[in-house]
Parts: sequence; structure tokens; C-alpha cells
Amino acid sequence: MIKVTTLLAAGIAVAAGAANAADSITVVSWGGAYTKSQVEAYHKPWMAATGNTVVSEDYNGGLAEVKAQVEAGNVKWDLVDVELSDAVRGCDEGLLETISIEDFPAGADGTAAKDDFLPGTFHECAVANIVWSTIYAYDSTKVTGGTPSTIADFFDTAKYPGKRGLRKNPKANLEMALMADGVAADEVYEVLETEEGIERALAKLDSIKADVVWWEAGAQPPQLLADGEVVMTTAYNGRIFNAVASEDKPFEIVWDGQIWDLDLWVMPKGAPNKEAAMDFMKYSTGTEALAAQASWISYGPARKSSGSLVGSFHNKPELKMASHMPTAPANLTNALQNNFEFWADNQDQLNEQFNAWLAK
Amino acid sequence: MTAIANNSAAAPLTIDGVIIDDAELKKRLDKAMFRSRFRAFLLVLPLLLFIVFSFILPIAYFLMQGIYDSSFSSKMPEVTKSLKDWDAVSEPTEEMYAALAADLRVVSANKTIGRVATRVNREFPGSRSLFTSTGRSISKLEAPYKESLVKKKKKWADIRVWQGMKTASRTWTPGYYAAAVDLKLNADGSIDQQVEKRRIHIKLFLRTLKISFLVTLFCVVLGYPIAFLLATLPVRTSNLLLILVLLPFWTSILVRTTAWIAMLQSQGVVNDLLVYFGVTDDGSRYSLIYNQLGTLIAMTHILLPFMVLPLYSVMKGIPPSYMRAAKSLGATNWTAFWRVYAPQTIPGIGAGGILVFIVAIGYYITPALVGGQEGSMISNFIDSHMRQTLNWNLAAALGGVLLFVVLIFYWLYDRIVGIDNMKLG
Repeated sequence: MIKVTTLLAAGIAVAAGAANAADSITVVSWGGAYTKSQVEAYHKPWMAATGNTVVSEDYNGGLAEVKAQVEAGNVKWDLVDVELSDAVRGCDEGLLETISIEDFPAGADGTAAKDDFLPGTFHECAVANIVWSTIYAYDSTKVTGGTPSTIADFFDTAKYPGKRGLRKNPKANLEMALMADGVAADEVYEVLETEEGIERALAKLDSIKADVVWWEAGAQPPQLLADGEVVMTTAYNGRIFNAVASEDKPFEIVWDGQIWDLDLWVMPKGAPNKEAAMDFMKYSTGTEALAAQASWISYGPARKSSGSLVGSFHNKPELKMASHMPTAPANLTNALQNNFEFWADNQDQLNEQFNAWLAK
Repeated sequence: MTAIANNSAAAPLTIDGVIIDDAELKKRLDKAMFRSRFRAFLLVLPLLLFIVFSFILPIAYFLMQGIYDSSFSSKMPEVTKSLKDWDAVSEPTEEMYAALAADLRVVSANKTIGRVATRVNREFPGSRSLFTSTGRSISKLEAPYKESLVKKKKKWADIRVWQGMKTASRTWTPGYYAAAVDLKLNADGSIDQQVEKRRIHIKLFLRTLKISFLVTLFCVVLGYPIAFLLATLPVRTSNLLLILVLLPFWTSILVRTTAWIAMLQSQGVVNDLLVYFGVTDDGSRYSLIYNQLGTLIAMTHILLPFMVLPLYSVMKGIPPSYMRAAKSLGATNWTAFWRVYAPQTIPGIGAGGILVFIVAIGYYITPALVGGQEGSMISNFIDSHMRQTLNWNLAAALGGVLLFVVLIFYWLYDRIVGIDNMKLG
């Protein structure tokens, strides 16, 4: 009897202790090298500083899970890393908690948060951590016909024969097709607003359709390149950078015609550990954490004050990160910012049309 | 226990000469039977409840989503009311604009404007930002509303926005089922065919049927000899072979599918061997995967046990003496097999065939992984509407059509082969 009571007491003590000392939050991101950079730069230091734990989950983007959880009243995720269009859409649909920039800490150099974050990186429901980009990359040992240097080269299978990898989604593909077809970056969305523009983009994609291998998860394109399934593929720039930096793959990025976008933290409405998650959100978008992340993957920090702290790759001091960022001036000569409003408006229709085109 | 005790207690009463007529006997029997039936029912009750709550209700709920959509009407009640009497062609009136402004104020305050916008955007693409941007500056809006809304955004004068809202305002709508079969519901309630470049679902349904049919056919062709071998070999050998059939059956679908990727990809095992033996050269490797062929190969492999197992158990039940009798009466091996053995295996082919076909028609993971663009099936589109476009109503309608197609095939099967003929073991 005594034994049982002591055991019980001990059990209660342990349970109570666990509840007091540490919160556990679930942070959802895109997996692969990107999640790894967040684990190293955000999760580990935050866990060490607070004693809380972070459970990391992977997903492939989109709002479906968030919507399902919020509408079922059974929210399991505390923070989700989303694209800008999803952040705006989720906010409009009341699926996300609102946040205020006033609550966010000033930069390391003392600049107030609202001046420190790059323009357009802070929203009613979301705060950006990085700038990433969709680029195309090729395997320099396998590509024949010369050195691809423009977005038009990607669509030129006569000059550069071989399979192409593309994301199975109209987003970025339509824009790149237009840029390859000679549309200037700042006119791309204007052209896409019209039926003829969409037809034109699909016609350009038609020219390489027979050679396309479609990918869906961000970790696939470097794998497709490494396996020799494709000689060129569109990809997220950080994934290609990491394959080069950590695995010495002979991949080259072509920045011409890059489409850059933001990744942001959002908190699903009714997140179970709101307070701890909020603390994590502030910590991970701080000057140091963002700069630290840039030493793991080549995505540009959303805070100005992090820029000067960006150094070299974590295990290669000779590999300076600055020139590999989507925001590096040399990489921005022919670049396009993803237009979230265009996609929020036309996503459904274009998905349908793109899928009908795919099935043709 | 009590029922038996009552029965045995009642039995001596008849012997004692108490008259129990037929009606009374029947009543008592019914009572006793009711008790045992009730106990049997109690035993299956947990399963029944489980099925009702985890299977029937969710399916019913989801099928209803295909015809029921209150995302506009519940959030925009004033506009919905004023749209009811509108003929969908005349100029929208000031009252309609006022109702719109009133509703927009509410949905923008409680942050549901995005859902309304998404709903109308499905009917008239490009109207999403019209709603959300108007919502952001709704407080500055004043009467007359028609003038100030149109001044804010020219698009508010576009009759197609209003037609989109009228279509969206239907709570019970045939629109999603129409969309699932490439039709389009108009604002005035008429239904037209969808414009050609957006027609996709019929094509996908047909492709799904074609792939399922081919997979079933391949499974019969490949599974029949295996099952025959299993059923006729000595038990020790056939048990070993049976394990070879069951082992992949117990392995995760994901593992088997990715194994096929390793086998069939252009730098994979099969192509490497073909290059090694000089069938093809390194530059022109075959595309065996990320197309319809890849889907067919992987699905046939994965679904093969569903064919082999029912066939095996039916064949196992055919006494070898029949074949021997046929041969002793002068039949050749072929005649004995074709005239005596094969007809008896038809229930097995039927059972295996319908199992494979119905599982194949809703197959999703394998085509998603190895199907590429021409090997994807309708279930992949249902998935994309569930997870990416968040159009759950259309997903429900597509699922409903798929269910209907399966039921038709089941009915056809029953008419042609007879469902009583089906034998699983």
C-alpha cells in the first residue's frame, strides 16, 4: 500500500513537473535541408534557452491541413511555415491568429522591428523569416550543348537536349514560360491576366512537355538531378545550394528569370500552445537566428539587421553565403517577385486549366 | 441463460395439462427468440456503431457537401435575399448594392470575407481580390452604395461578378456535380458544357476506368497460372510459394511503389540491364516510369495478391478427381482443363476481378508517385481538391460520381456474373 502511494505521488510529481517546466510545441515546415536549417538555427538554441521542446513535422505546403484542423476545432499545429499567398488567404478566411509587429523585438542594432523587417515581409497574421526563390539548375557534368545562362535556355531542348524537371503546379511555371518567351519580368503578371497570356505560357510549356518529369516536394529536384533523371530542373535555390555545398554535387544555378517569394510563420487559430509558440516565433525571427539560418541554407533573412551578420557556410569557412542569396544584386538582374494577389485570384482557375493541359 | 431457464420452466406447464394454444406458443417462442436475437444484436452493436460513426456518417456527410454549400448564403444573408428575385441579366439595383455593403461590413469585421471571396472566385475567377480589397476599406463606404462601390473598384459594375454571386448564393446546388462531369451551372440556373480548355474530369474518369480495367486484365493473366500452380503443387512446395505471394502483400504499398521507382527509372535496374545487354544504348534509355506504363506495372504488382488469393482458394476446392474423371473418359489435357476445370474457377476470377477492379478504381498513392502526367487518376484530383485548392465540395462531388460508377459496375457484375457466384474462399 505504501509502495503504491509513493509511486502514485512520484508519478503525480513527475507529471506536474513536466507540465510546469516545459511546453512542447509543434512546428511544421517543408522538410529536407530547409527544415534542417531551421532546426539548427531556431529549434536547438530556443530549446536550450527555454527548456521547451519543439516537435518538427514536415508538409508539402498548402492550407488544407490548417483548414481541416481549425474547422474541426482540433488544432495540433502551433506554427506553420507557409508561402505568402497562403498566409494572406488563410488570414482572410479567419484560419490564422493575428499578430502585431509592435510585439516583435527590435533588431540587434537597435532598429525597431517595423523598420527592421524588409518591406512587405510583415502581415496581419504572418511574419516572414526568409526570402527564397524558384530558379532552375543543371548538372554541369551531364548538360550538353554549352552552358545554359538564360531562362530561355531551359526551354531550348534542341540546343540543350535532355529531360526537364518542373513542379506539378502552374505557379512559377507559367511565369518562367513567359519570361523565356521574351516577356519582361515586370510585365509577366499583366500578360498572365489575359486569356491569350495564359495560352501563350502554356504553348511555351507545350514545347518541352514531352521531356518533363514533374516533381511535387522540394526535396525531389536535387534528387532527380543526382539520379540523372533530368539534366535541368526548376528548384528552390536553397535545396540546390545545399546539394552543392554539403554533397559536392556538380549542380549550377541559373539566376536569370528567378521568381522570389517569402516564407512566413503563421499560427493556426486556436493553436494549443499559443504562448510558447509566440515566443518561438519572436525568437526565430530575431536578428541572430535569421543570420544563423543563413549559414545553413542560402535563403535571405527577412530582417535588414541580419544582413551584415551573414557569414559563411556552417562547415566551410571559405564558402561565403552572400553571393548565393536570391537577394544578392547580381542575382536580381532579371528577377520577378511572386505576385500573391494574382495567385490568390486566379489559382483555382489556373490549376484547372493547367491540369486539363497536363492531362491532354 | 435466462431464456433457456424460462423455456425449461415453461415446458413442464404443457405436460401438466395447462392448455397452451398455438398463438400462446408462438408468442412465447417469439419472446424467447427475441431475447436471443437481442443478445446477438448486442454482440454486433459495437461494430455496427463503429461502422455508422466512422464510415457511413462521414461518407453521408461528405456526399452532402457535393450538393450543399452555405459558405456564401450563411455569411451574406442580405445579398442572398436580394439576389433571389434578380433575373441575372438586368442592371443590379441600388438596393442590391446596399445589401452587399451591409454584408461586406459584417464579414470583413468577423474575418470571414476570405471564404466568401473564395466562393465567388470559383464562379468568376479574379473576383477574390475585389472582395478582400473592398473589405479592407469598408469603413469608408457611404451611401449611395452603387456609386461608391463602383468608384472604389470598377469591377463592381461588372455583371459577371453579380452572376457569380447569384450562382454562389445557392445553398443546395447542382453546380459541383455538374462541374464533376465537365458541365457548368449558370446564374439563371441553366447548365451548359464547360469551355473546352477547362474540361478534364470526364477524360480522367475514362482514363481511370481504362487503367483499372487493364490492371484487372493483367492480374487475371498473371494470377491465374500462379494460383493454379499453388493449388496443384504438393502442400510443402505450395506453402513456400504462397509465402512469396503473401510477403509483398504484407509489405507497405509505399515501399513497393518506391521499389518500382528504383527498378524502372531511367537510371534504374531494368534500364541498366537493357543497356548492359545492348538492347538499347545509354543515350536512349526507355521511359518506364512517370507515365501510364509505370502506373500499370506498379498497380498490377501491388494488386496481384487480391487476384491470386481468391483464385487459389476456389481452385483448392476443386477436387482433382474431376480432371481425372474427364481424362479417363477420353478428354485431352486441354479439353479436361478448358471444359471441366476452368468453368469451376469462374467464381474465383469474378471475386478476384471485382476486388482488383474496385480497389484499382480508387487507387491513389501509386499513380501519384509513379504516374507522372498521363498516369494520374481521378483520385489524384480528388486529393488535389482536398489538399491544395481546398474545394471540398467539388472533391465530394467527384467522389460521389466515382461511387456511382462503382455501383454501376457492381450492378452490371451482378447482372452478368451474379453476385452469389462470387466466392472468396
